[in-house]
Amino acid sequence: MQDLTVTTLIAVFEEIFGRTLFWAMVTAAALVTVAYVYVLIRDRSVSWRKFLWAQLSMPIGAIAAVVFVQGMTRSGFSDIGGPIDVVVLLGVAAGGAVGMAICIYTVQSLFWRPDGET
Amino acid sequence: MHDSNFTPSRRGFLSLAAGAGALGLTGAAKPAKAAVKTNANILILGAGAAGAALANRLTERLDGAQITLVDGRKEHWYQPGFSLIAAGLKPAKYSVSQTTDWLPKNATLKQDWAANIDPESRKVALQSGEILSYDYLIVATGLTLDHDAIEGFSLDMVGENGIGALYAGPEYAARTWTAASKYIEDGGVGLFTRPATEMKCAGAPLKHTFLIDDLARKAGGRGKMDVRYMANNNSLFGVPIVSEKVRMLFGDREINPDYSHVLKGIDAGAKRATFETPEGTVERDYDYIHVIPPQRAPDVVRQSGLSWADKWVGEGWMEVDKATLRHNRYPEVFALGDVAGVPKGKTAASVKWQVPVVEEHLVAQISGDTTDAAYNGYTSCPLITQVGRAMLVEFDYNNNLTPSFPGIIAPLEELWISWLMKEVALKATYNAMLRGKA
Repeated sequence: MQDLTVTTLIAVFEEIFGRTLFWAMVTAAALVTVAYVYVLIRDRSVSWRKFLWAQLSMPIGAIAAVVFVQGMTRSGFSDIGGPIDVVVLLGVAAGGAVGMAICIYTVQSLFWRPDGET
Repeated sequence: MHDSNFTPSRRGFLSLAAGAGALGLTGAAKPAKAAVKTNANILILGAGAAGAALANRLTERLDGAQITLVDGRKEHWYQPGFSLIAAGLKPAKYSVSQTTDWLPKNATLKQDWAANIDPESRKVALQSGEILSYDYLIVATGLTLDHDAIEGFSLDMVGENGIGALYAGPEYAARTWTAASKYIEDGGVGLFTRPATEMKCAGAPLKHTFLIDDLARKAGGRGKMDVRYMANNNSLFGVPIVSEKVRMLFGDREINPDYSHVLKGIDAGAKRATFETPEGTVERDYDYIHVIPPQRAPDVVRQSGLSWADKWVGEGWMEVDKATLRHNRYPEVFALGDVAGVPKGKTAASVKWQVPVVEEHLVAQISGDTTDAAYNGYTSCPLITQVGRAMLVEFDYNNNLTPSFPGIIAPLEELWISWLMKEVALKATYNAMLRGKA
């Protein structure tokens, strides 16, 4: 298997996190996504108040993700060496922001219902 | 002719390590090939990276083969971690697992060392006296570090009096950090050596130099240090374009190269090292010295008649075809990893590329077929230049750079992404390789 295949990639991720943790994380991500879709369908509309809170949480998620990656890898902003590093940094930040927003929206929808607005 | 569809697409070890989610997946898994029925008796000497990876892959490809591995060491060492351990970035246990953790259930492990190989009668004698016969032999013993060749040096000195030797194993790598961290505090002259023989991971002597330089810089003690890289010849790396880049980086970091200085001996009490140079023997005082001894094939291989007679004289690497890794005189014998007598490729990344080639040739041979699978010398090295940055150096037999991501990850740039790959994904990819899955 010289080429990069899905199977290989899964094998590598299993090694990074350990098989149990990796699949627990995949399951958690799947559950949050399902819960998000569920509240969207259940409410049949996007709650803009909740969405506002979700948006406000995005910078926190972005910063948290970047700090987490830098902390785990003993590196910092001064190690950015080229354009691809900036792309990776922005990717990490964007991932953290979107993940946080989806989490916040879903948690609000599941636990603070109804919120008194449509 | 069986076409194995083995086209080196340069998405090897490191491309996996890149976690290519962002770069797009290049296709679904290939359908599993039907297992070949056989009762072949396959003997693998060495259960390290190459031996374990091949055993795992062969159990998928062969049905009924008897696969036996011979290795006297209980611990498996993740050698790419040694540089990190020797810089205090990881504990010694980071590189240690058990050999048995990685082997397939239906393979037999003989926890012993090979004492004699007789390729004529196809028999291997173990130190216990047991004789194993084989139909196919894969020699993946790794190499021997010839510490005795350095006069006045012995491994029990490592960690004290400014002596480091990170190649010798995880514990010695940790002791190297004990000596190196004291050097960072105290300053003085640091001599970073490398041997004149073929060696595994020729990037590691450079990494150790760069890391100690960087750690001293960050600790504020670099000003009182004279960091000297003792090159074995008139270059800093075997690939000319990489050597030039390293020369420029050394200039930038104020690391002074001394060319054609080969370590011959040390006087640990006087902290003085002896070097052989084209102008004769010279002595140099040091406060810290990093010793990497000459490297050779293990004695059992050198005495087996499997070595090159006219190349690398005195080093004993196995006489194999550089594309197929098959022995030139014994077609049922292959070499894998460090012990192979090929111009490049004493790294785990090379093993990653060599194992599928030997696998294809072995399976083809067993089923009476042939294959055009070939190893092109691919070797790679995430050459760490500071804590947080590395250069992704990938090359082949012809000293061509073979970047996995041309235009995305520049091969000779110091990048954070290359460091992230080394930190996060390299060991995972290595482990997946051991299991035969990468």
